[in-house]
Amino acid sequence: MRQTIKYVHRGEIVELANVAPTTTVLNYLRYEQALTGTKEGCAEGDCGACTVVLGELANDKVRYQAVNACIQFLPTLDGKELITVEDLKLKDGKLHPVQQAMVDANGTQCGFCTPGFVMSLFAEMHSDRIADRAHIDNVLAGNLCRCTGYGTIIDAAMSVAQSGVRDSFHEQEAKSIALLEVLQKDSGLRLTWQGRSYFAPKTIDELTDILLDYPDATLLAGATDVGLWVTKQHRDLATIIYLGQIQDLKNIEKQDNGLKIGAGVTYSDAWAPLAELYPDFGELIRRIASTQIRNSGTIGGNIANGSPIGDTPPALISLDARLHLRSKDGPRELPLEEFFIEYGKQDLRQGEFVEAVYLPFPKAESQFATYKISKRFDQDISAVCAAFNLTLKAGKVEDIRICYGGMAGTPKRASKTEKAITGKSWTDSTISNALSRMEEDFQPLSDMRASQRYRMLTAQNLLRKFYIETTTPEIPTRIVGERGLANA
Amino acid sequence: MRNPPLSRNTIRGAAHSPRHHDSAAKQAAGEALYIDDIAEPRDLLHLYVAQSEKAHAKILKLDVSAVRSAPGVVVVLTANDVPGGNDASPIAGDDPVFAEDIVEYAGQALFAVAAETLEQARSAAKLAVVEYEELPAIVTVEEAMAANSFVLPTREIRRGDARAAIKKAKHQLTQRFEIGGQDHFYLEGQIALSLPGEDGDIFVYSSTQHPTEVQHNVAKFLDLPDHSVTVEVRRMGGGFGGKETQGAWFAAMASLATKLTGRPAKVRLDRDDDMIMTGKRHDFVVMVEMGFDDDGRVSGAEFIFASRCGRSADLSASINDRAMFHADNCYYFKNITIISHRCKTHTVSNTAFRGFGGPQGMLAPERMMDAIACYLGKDPLEVRKKNLYGKKPRNITPYQMTVEDNIAPEIIAELENSSNYAARRKSIRAFNETSPYLKKGIALTPVKFGISFTASHLNQAGALLHVYTDGSVMLNHGGTEMGQGLYIKVAQVVAEILQIDIERVKITATRTDKVPNTSATAASSGADINGKAAEAAAIAIKERLIQFAAKYYGTKTSEITFLPNRIRIGKQVVAFRDLVQLAYMNRISLSATGYYRTPKIHYDAETFSGRPFYYFAYGAAVSEVLIDTLTGENKVVAVDILHDAGKSLNPAVDLGQIEGGYIQGMGWLTTEELYYDSNGILKTHAPSTYKIPACSDRPAVFNMKIFERGENVEETIFRSKAVGEPPLMLAISAFNAIADAISSVADYRLYPELNAPATPEQILMSIQKITESARSNRVTEAAQ
Repeated sequence: MRQTIKYVHRGEIVELANVAPTTTVLNYLRYEQALTGTKEGCAEGDCGACTVVLGELANDKVRYQAVNACIQFLPTLDGKELITVEDLKLKDGKLHPVQQAMVDANGTQCGFCTPGFVMSLFAEMHSDRIADRAHIDNVLAGNLCRCTGYGTIIDAAMSVAQSGVRDSFHEQEAKSIALLEVLQKDSGLRLTWQGRSYFAPKTIDELTDILLDYPDATLLAGATDVGLWVTKQHRDLATIIYLGQIQDLKNIEKQDNGLKIGAGVTYSDAWAPLAELYPDFGELIRRIASTQIRNSGTIGGNIANGSPIGDTPPALISLDARLHLRSKDGPRELPLEEFFIEYGKQDLRQGEFVEAVYLPFPKAESQFATYKISKRFDQDISAVCAAFNLTLKAGKVEDIRICYGGMAGTPKRASKTEKAITGKSWTDSTISNALSRMEEDFQPLSDMRASQRYRMLTAQNLLRKFYIETTTPEIPTRIVGERGLANA
Repeated sequence: MRNPPLSRNTIRGAAHSPRHHDSAAKQAAGEALYIDDIAEPRDLLHLYVAQSEKAHAKILKLDVSAVRSAPGVVVVLTANDVPGGNDASPIAGDDPVFAEDIVEYAGQALFAVAAETLEQARSAAKLAVVEYEELPAIVTVEEAMAANSFVLPTREIRRGDARAAIKKAKHQLTQRFEIGGQDHFYLEGQIALSLPGEDGDIFVYSSTQHPTEVQHNVAKFLDLPDHSVTVEVRRMGGGFGGKETQGAWFAAMASLATKLTGRPAKVRLDRDDDMIMTGKRHDFVVMVEMGFDDDGRVSGAEFIFASRCGRSADLSASINDRAMFHADNCYYFKNITIISHRCKTHTVSNTAFRGFGGPQGMLAPERMMDAIACYLGKDPLEVRKKNLYGKKPRNITPYQMTVEDNIAPEIIAELENSSNYAARRKSIRAFNETSPYLKKGIALTPVKFGISFTASHLNQAGALLHVYTDGSVMLNHGGTEMGQGLYIKVAQVVAEILQIDIERVKITATRTDKVPNTSATAASSGADINGKAAEAAAIAIKERLIQFAAKYYGTKTSEITFLPNRIRIGKQVVAFRDLVQLAYMNRISLSATGYYRTPKIHYDAETFSGRPFYYFAYGAAVSEVLIDTLTGENKVVAVDILHDAGKSLNPAVDLGQIEGGYIQGMGWLTTEELYYDSNGILKTHAPSTYKIPACSDRPAVFNMKIFERGENVEETIFRSKAVGEPPLMLAISAFNAIADAISSVADYRLYPELNAPATPEQILMSIQKITESARSNRVTEAAQ
């Protein structure tokens, strides 16, 4: 395997060797390259001051995506094009259209967040999406500004979107493609540095081989969690295996009765297919983290890290998703809910990794909803996340699967509550009777996100809300989202 | 620099013209330098600050010997290594930079490690052996009140006999509520970089709103004269009050490392350390009682405030004073008592934050206006109007200042009209009748905010202006730039006085060796006092040029006029640059200092009476919200603001302050929750857990206007008004609108208990309570 990192920057291939594998892209830029335009605001991917843009080949084009440089490890740049705020200004000193729009709209005050906003908007300018206020809110959910109140930045974003202006990156796309194609042909990466190792295999077979030698290695996907082990907990990771170069983990495969989503598929890439099957699942993905995090974080990672407050497992479990695991011994499959054993413990054997999650198609007689409750609508961790999958037959509940996040040490079904509803008529009194069972299902914690009492009350009320939405859909029940009243 | 064309009728960057922030292009390009962006000097040491894990404990042992011998460590700094006074407080002398024998909050600095790399310093710090004897920790205001734990004496303002008036009134109401604190969440954390100079001098780059205080604290800490320490700040990545006092601790640490090693040193706190170690907006517990008549007119009001000051005094005296000064807001309360308890707790020392106690003070009467209206079944706006300051004697504040510039009634009337308040209120009530789960609410609240430092001596400023022989100008003053646009505003003042294009005015970093003995850039006073000081300097030079020109050209001074980039002298016209050149050749000084002290203010701190404020800034806002009664989720959906900036110096900058202030205030009152556990450990110390408003939280409808007729009745700089803090309090309307929405659950017959911030949890619990109360009321009524 190759021993140098190769990435494209400013129209050239940069080669790097002998770097600590967990050096963040941000620290590398700021303290080794003296490229200080990119800022550190939080070192956990929550404020966006560190936003840079990565270019990757997709359908013979370069796809530009914003990511948080503060939690991305330097070797993950391998095979990609890096663009920082310093790269946007033209050689003649003229500002890039996005930068000029920020100036013209008075979109800067203290200016510390500004480069991050510029990079998010730059990536957006290179997408084919249509900008309206709701869309810009999504694009900028991961960029915090403490000064402006955002209005002027939204003005800048709208003016760029509406101008349809092109930039030098459009003009130089052919060159970027050529360079990225060169890099694509490279073998996998193996770095060693002061006793630490970093692998970036390109195939599943390579991965299983490496795992045989390094069963305790840290598997790295989007780094939206593992990155924080380094930047927040200051952990020393001896061996890292990066999954982001394995194309076979990035597929979304339409099968006869469902969708097989590779573990390496990012939230961004899963968003549209999930929204098409289950609109509420799409809305949930929209509310997960930010554009930068959705561009990095993966559905597989959200499952594999075993968090009790990951947002996709409740929805997936309620939809009866199945988990595909793999090791050198071959594949293994189990219902997703069985994967979560207890807090911090998953059904994952040594040398085994999450390969894919299988999501059944909706049944005609089923109804699905999921709700995410947090202090802030965008980019917040849920206090409670709930998912409901109801199958009615002749007014009676044939099946209901209710799963919650934030209510226990794992994502967990409300089994007693489900039992109290199953087989009954789908009526107010059935719900009212079942609600008390919730207290047998869960004993949630109190913490900085919510009290035990609030969690329980909300969990119960969300079941009630689901009932209301399925029986009287004309009554408004949502503040944000597709069916949101505030955006109507 | 080329001469601009001499035919233009106006200069670029005149006073009152909307100008972009002076650094906007650099900021957008990533070229604006913040302290951590300055090229790191050779031999730079990186400091890591080790913190107390206990909220209150005796330090039995602090052994750093293993830290000293760890790889890369150059020096370890403890209280024993401080050559001067181990204190970096603004006033009281109670803020040890390094803990001595006791720790009084979790996060307090124990010692600092200076090493070749930050990683080495951080790893080494873990090797210290610290033994504590834990002492009982007082964490909350209630605990402090119960223990009589105060950091400063309780203060009172009394006018008339409030108690008797309340008793005598036809109706009485009492409210108790809690107001949470707020982290500044400036995007750039606390940072200082110190460089060694000759003779043991120290040069410090500090991200501070108060370079002079950093200078004085560093000098005191190192036992140096003030003249040996120079502090510079070009810009901060946000301040909001959080960089008024406590940045001095970190500047002191970096400077000590430099003094002991002769090497440059940097302290840069990461987000978590910053949030854990440094103070926030004070949280308050408020008790209010009012007596009023059938119209809602208040005859007696009693306020009891208790605030969490934390482990030391910091600026808590002035902050709590300001809370008291704003308990009246726009209203005349004939008989009034205001009591303010300043609680000592074993938590971080709370500090200045935009509004400086004013917001907490103002929330109390604003909630009462709504509670009274609800009680009487009236529109809250009607009750507000009944209580507004008016003509004599209804124009005297509880602290005996006459309100001479009251435009609140005009602003309220205009906003009521432009926002379509009455019709919207009606339609919201109609909506709520048909919407069982989602409820809307609306509120209009005004703001009257006193402008001036209440510590009168701080109301002074200096400026330094050089004119070079090519006609370019260097401007320096004591104000600091934290994003608020102060530098561009002051530059506009100079451009206006000298009638030169603003590009000719070089904006320079604030430095203690250029303008000494300055006040903090705080209390919204930046443009008011520094603008006036710069004006004085510019006028001094202008006067010299006029005197010189009159003599040189043999005309009367009255025949000399400054036109855009040129001067008419009798019948001739001379370019500014040419006149400057000529003046130089004739040995006329082209450098001047300017000085300003705010007139009219006087105030007796003992009796709480006098004129603490030069003038008031006004504004009003209407907020409309939507809440989900099943989950407590909420959203501010529409806002209308009319704000008084006097005759705005720079409307583009002022609108930025107004919107930013509102959104920051909205965050304080809705999503931003600080959570301490029972041991006094802050659990919300990063954006993953502490939620400031994001882009989508900006209300979809946001109509904002500067009050066009606004003009300061006082002779402020070009009749403008301060605009930094007042707009924050416009967001009280959002909080009150949420309460209005909750009230709908009880058919508007009850006013909800609601604590700030109104998180989904607070709202849901409030709904629970009001629902239960409404139910028991119905039971009682039925029984009767």
